[in-house]
Amino acid sequence: MPLKVIELGLVDFQDAWDRQRELFREVKESRLRCGLIVCRHYPAITVSRRANRNNILASPEVLKNKGVGIYAVERGGDVTYHGPGQLIAYPVFNLNYFKKDIHWFLRFLEGLVIRCLRESGIKGDRIEGLTGVWAGRSKIAAIGIAVRNWITFHGLSLNVQNSDLSNFSLIRPCGMDIMVTSMETISGKVIPIEKIQRDLVNLFKTSCGI
Amino acid sequence: MVKILLPQLSEGVQKATVSYWYFKAGDKVNEKDDLVELTTDKATFNLPSPCSGTLTEILVLEGSTVNVGDSLGIIQES
Repeated sequence: MPLKVIELGLVDFQDAWDRQRELFREVKESRLRCGLIVCRHYPAITVSRRANRNNILASPEVLKNKGVGIYAVERGGDVTYHGPGQLIAYPVFNLNYFKKDIHWFLRFLEGLVIRCLRESGIKGDRIEGLTGVWAGRSKIAAIGIAVRNWITFHGLSLNVQNSDLSNFSLIRPCGMDIMVTSMETISGKVIPIEKIQRDLVNLFKTSCGI
Repeated sequence: MVKILLPQLSEGVQKATVSYWYFKAGDKVNEKDDLVELTTDKATFNLPSPCSGTLTEILVLEGSTVNVGDSLGIIQES
């Protein structure tokens, strides 16, 4: 089952959001069963419809000075932060061809991240009831998706480098008092995002036969 | 009268939360319009309208949970 992969590099959240909608239309209207956008974002905070805006802790002035945009999005979850030290993956999968089961797809994404971490010698875990991937008690990857017509969009962000971690203090991630970590923190060395991107894309490719 | 029923979104998961109604009671809706957004775990799911007509009643308000097979609202077919 071929996977269409679109690699955008470092882009504004809005640009990738627009590309997601294009890919979504393509999957909906063609025989393409699954697509994947991978990218990194300039600093941005995204909030879901259900999010409590009080989970954005920084004032509008601080966010403006830091150049952090705020976007209201249709995914599940609460509030999260995106920045250039993260690898972002937006899988647009037509679940009619895989399994029409939303939680199965969330677990599928967690599994891919756990395998991707393992390839860099890092142990990632699930914590029941807390979607995402955890390293010890700290969150290393966040997941939040939307499903329309059984086609998925939005996806996951994996904290690779430390450059952004301090920006998580601008928010209460996922509306919870949790600690956030990165592959760099866990391994104690700088990890090139390009390598992690290759690993993750390959895992997606080999998993599409599911 | 057509009931808007919560479908099975995941195996073994019997509940979802209504996160957003795209229409108010009394609004006209078309078949396949996005009617209501449901949330389960870290995912949202849009339920399309099963038919065209008037959304006469909203039975489950935003923020409330609903069980699989239960009615979220009622549409009077046109």
